[in-house]
Amino acid sequence: MQFGLSESQNILKTNARKFFAAECPMTEVRRLMEEGDGYHAGLWSKMAEQGYLGVIFPEEYGGLGLGMVELAVLLEEMGTALAPGPYFSSVILAGTLLEAAGSDGVKKRYLKPLCEGKLRATAALLEGAANWTFDAVKMQVTGDLLSGTKMFVTDAAAADFIIVPAMRDGELTLWIVNAKASGLAITPMPALDLTRKLYKLTFDCVEASDLLASGAAARGALERMADIGAMALSAETTGGMQRVMDIAVAYVKTRKQFGKPVGIYQAVQHQCADMLVFTESSRSASYYAAYALQESTADAQAAVSVAKAYTSDAGREVGNRGIQVHGGMGFTWENDVHLYYRRAKANEIALGDATYHRERIARLVVDRASRPAQA
Amino acid sequence: MRLLGFMYRSYTIPPAGTPLGYHETLPVTAMDLNLTPQEQQFRDEVRAWFTANVPKDWPQMRTNPNVQERFRYLREWQKKAFAGKWVGIHWPKEYGGRGASTMEQVIFIEEMARAEAPPFANTLGLGLIGPTIIAFGNDAQKSRYLSKILSGEEIWCQGFSEPNAGSDLAALRTEGRLDGDHFVVNGQKVWNSYGWAADWCELVVRTDPQSEKHKGLTVLLVDMKSPGVDVRPLKQITGESEFNEIFFRDVRVPVENVVGKVGEGWSVAIGTLMHERGTFGAGLQVSYRRSLNRLIELSHQVERNGAPASQDPVLRQKLAQSYIEIELMRLNQMRAFSRISHSGVPGAEGSIQKIWWSELNQRFQQVAQEVLGPYGLLESGAEDAFDGGLWAYGYLRTRGNTIEAGTSEIQRNIIGERVLGLPKSY
Ligand SMILES: Cc1cc2nc3c(=O)[nH]c(=O)nc-3n(C[C@H](O)[C@H](O)[C@H](O)COP(=O)(O)OP(=O)(O)OC[C@H]3O[C@@H](n4cnc5c(N)ncnc54)[C@H](O)[C@@H]3O)c2cc1C
Repeated sequence: MQFGLSESQNILKTNARKFFAAECPMTEVRRLMEEGDGYHAGLWSKMAEQGYLGVIFPEEYGGLGLGMVELAVLLEEMGTALAPGPYFSSVILAGTLLEAAGSDGVKKRYLKPLCEGKLRATAALLEGAANWTFDAVKMQVTGDLLSGTKMFVTDAAAADFIIVPAMRDGELTLWIVNAKASGLAITPMPALDLTRKLYKLTFDCVEASDLLASGAAARGALERMADIGAMALSAETTGGMQRVMDIAVAYVKTRKQFGKPVGIYQAVQHQCADMLVFTESSRSASYYAAYALQESTADAQAAVSVAKAYTSDAGREVGNRGIQVHGGMGFTWENDVHLYYRRAKANEIALGDATYHRERIARLVVDRASRPAQA
Repeated sequence: MRLLGFMYRSYTIPPAGTPLGYHETLPVTAMDLNLTPQEQQFRDEVRAWFTANVPKDWPQMRTNPNVQERFRYLREWQKKAFAGKWVGIHWPKEYGGRGASTMEQVIFIEEMARAEAPPFANTLGLGLIGPTIIAFGNDAQKSRYLSKILSGEEIWCQGFSEPNAGSDLAALRTEGRLDGDHFVVNGQKVWNSYGWAADWCELVVRTDPQSEKHKGLTVLLVDMKSPGVDVRPLKQITGESEFNEIFFRDVRVPVENVVGKVGEGWSVAIGTLMHERGTFGAGLQVSYRRSLNRLIELSHQVERNGAPASQDPVLRQKLAQSYIEIELMRLNQMRAFSRISHSGVPGAEGSIQKIWWSELNQRFQQVAQEVLGPYGLLESGAEDAFDGGLWAYGYLRTRGNTIEAGTSEIQRNIIGERVLGLPKSY
């Protein structure tokens, strides 16, 4: 029994940290955040070169064929760097849907170029009701024409194609739609997270390019995507928490008041200690969720919800403390902490917040009153 | 082999002045939460022994208000386990243990909790004092004390805290004055768990009143039957007297009972405290999980607003939150144990564990009170109490969790100073 990263996982993590520190420093994050859609072709193709865009996908489709734990450590480092760009949308949302539901032909046509960095994508999950369960899809398809509205779609402006759940004759279906298709309007929804943008998509008799899946296969793919996505967001938030803590701890060691560094005061120290407890526990939760998904353990769903519920709260709590111990500096635009704080809030909401995932746990462990298999 | 492909692409640009001061995990062979075949074999052996030997009447005895009777029972149980060589399994073989690995120890503790086995009577002897003697004691002390700790023949208590030295342990004033080949001990200790049952005490005294605070301390092994030792009960918040105060008047302790060196008692005492934080929580997550399962069971029985409490949306959130926190305790511990089994030393993560198990337990007991309503108030002796009044008892007992073994405030100081490198506040 070993619960830690293997040597190769550690190498992947260290390399990713160096990569993003060098290729995507905070000055670059801020520049991209202020300009357009946050996508940078140069950075994206370097990420493709590293294999990051296909880390969990099979080698035959241009991926690295690695596992969920590798994905988690990579996301953790991207969270630390606050890496901009459509990674979450393209790889985590669209990529896992394609992998779970696509035929060999579809995978060759869409997943392979996605891994190679030639195509980018997103998935349009929510509608006006903002319901994360997939029973709530209202958008209708007639033939292969889609009409209706999707909202809160991440990084749609950087996408070449969009995966869209819709109802056809009362059945859930998943469609691949060209982002440039006529009748599709993509408008920004300015929102709190400046480094991962949201869009509203209106479909007016938009012709889909391909049917990805229908019925149970569509639902299964969406559920798998939601679990991998929640795990990935947990890992990403953990990386951001680590960075906020590092920034805050460095600051309180140097900022002086009453003739002493403010880090000497216990009211400040204990906030920092809490940040460490939150961060380390989030790391444990994220790694375990990744492991559980990889191994399909009996408690995999609960493990994902444990991670997502916990990191949703903890990411915000670390941000609160990180801002507080900075004093007025924490309230400035110039200080990076707020950028992480914004991401943590968006990640908290995405794919279900803590309340949503606690209810899911209640269904798994209170209603069934059976406990998950012990490791 | 697939990894090789990745490693060829490994990135080599040096990090240009970027701070990489970051937590590091020691590499493991592979993340694998399954037991190895050897671990599995060990688990089966342990499980079989517990299945065959755990006394069936423990659930009744557990809430027996007669503390002495309960303690005799636990002592008998320890003796039985000792006969099967199942006590102190992680101790080296030459001292009566099995030289079990960290993981085997974890498995053992988990199996013990899963079997709902009673704890061993000699809690402090096994967990704190034995390991201290193993680390700092001489050969004569090891052969004199260790096997009797394992068998439960000699019960130990820990004489550290004093009325004016709690968190600031090094401020202690109980004095040990050298007189020929004896130290003469005078002073008072307090909050000593199992003082009333103890045959021996690990006592920290000041042997050099002139030297500065952390120097001049010495650890003595004191026979509790020595003339001049006076143990008085302290009734605690739960109404029981689990701990005591101990008065020492001209108690003569032979010099061969010094552990480590005279004047170097501080490092011996710190060694004891590291064990207190490090392994104390290991068995707890399984018993917490069991308590949560029991509470979930009860939540289907007790009502809230005319429906089972398990259907109340707010209580469901709270039960789920307890599940999350107990699960995280398990995961944090597994990460820590994996690290310890590689590095061999418990680090400051002991403070994270200590904060976690103690504060979680308090939050969980509050959730239990909310689920159980007035039933949660019933104490042992109340006919309608669930589980012999364990919930009312648990609610009060957990207040002590954030005080014993170093308060939550002290643990946060330790994290601030030793893990995060913040300046020392005092
Ligand atoms: C159930 C139980 C069992 C125990 N068993 C034993 C035993 O077997 N043997 C033994 O020797 N002792 C035992 N103790 C004693 C325990 O170790 C002490 O109670 C504990 O170390 C706190 O010391 P104190 O009670 O003097 O509180 P104090 O140290 O007086 O603390 C009072 C408050 O001040 C805070 N505080 C103190 N110093 C600082 C600081 N530097 N920074 C921030 N806050 C601070 C504390 O956190 C606390 O909130 C036991 C205690 C309990 C509750």
